[in-house]
Amino acid sequence: MKPEGFDIRTPMGRVRGLGSARSGTQHFWQERLTAVAAIPLTIAFIVIVASVLGRNHAAVVQILGSPTVAILLLLFIVNSIYHMWLGMQVIIEDYVHHDVSKLACLMTNTFFCAAAALASVYAILKLSFGV
Amino acid sequence: MTGSPIPRPRPLSPHLQIYRLTLTMTMSIVHRITGMGLYLGALLVAWWLIAASSGPNAYAVVEGFFGSIIGRLVLFGYTWALIHHMLGGIRHLVWDTGHGFGANEREWLTRATILGSIFLTILLWTGGLLMVGR
Repeated sequence: MKPEGFDIRTPMGRVRGLGSARSGTQHFWQERLTAVAAIPLTIAFIVIVASVLGRNHAAVVQILGSPTVAILLLLFIVNSIYHMWLGMQVIIEDYVHHDVSKLACLMTNTFFCAAAALASVYAILKLSFGV
Repeated sequence: MTGSPIPRPRPLSPHLQIYRLTLTMTMSIVHRITGMGLYLGALLVAWWLIAASSGPNAYAVVEGFFGSIIGRLVLFGYTWALIHHMLGGIRHLVWDTGHGFGANEREWLTRATILGSIFLTILLWTGGLLMVGR
């Protein structure tokens, strides 16, 4: 430790990186942004599920794989999972205070969301392209 | 934060159990719980999509589960959680604009969320069961 008053750094250099990097509200904003998007996409998802109720597999594949339905499903999945990734992060930060546990939970959250999103997106694309 | 040295005990804000439980407080908790339920529900959606893309046999397994009593209970819960979280989210978006904080308004919004979510869930399931014919 240097004695008080002998720091060769400028005041700006000392505070740089310690305060707002103009990204403090990013998490809050993205949670709201995805929430707004989730309203029409959830309604679309409910309509899509209703349209395949009771139909056989071939009909379900045809409906889910059609471009409009597949695009709406992709938007719903990506938006919802991004939203729940942000939401679960807040829950973890609120309730898990032990550093190691918190880190483990935050990592698990990201792994879970990435895997769920990628698996769902893959399935939708496979339904569309019929590979 | 844990791990950092604390020179002396800091004053704490009163904990949750100090306050009388109000409807808006309960709904805030329910909003978080439904969010966590939907988090796990993403697995159901993923399973359904993967099964549909895998083929008729895999899809039959999913249909079998979703058609069973337990499956239907889970799906009914998922439907309610989805609608409730959506309506609760709309309520929070209204609050984000700075509106709806009055004593009557916030109670009204809160009641509308509960009743609306129950009504819409039953409506959707009635429609769905009529469509399937059971």
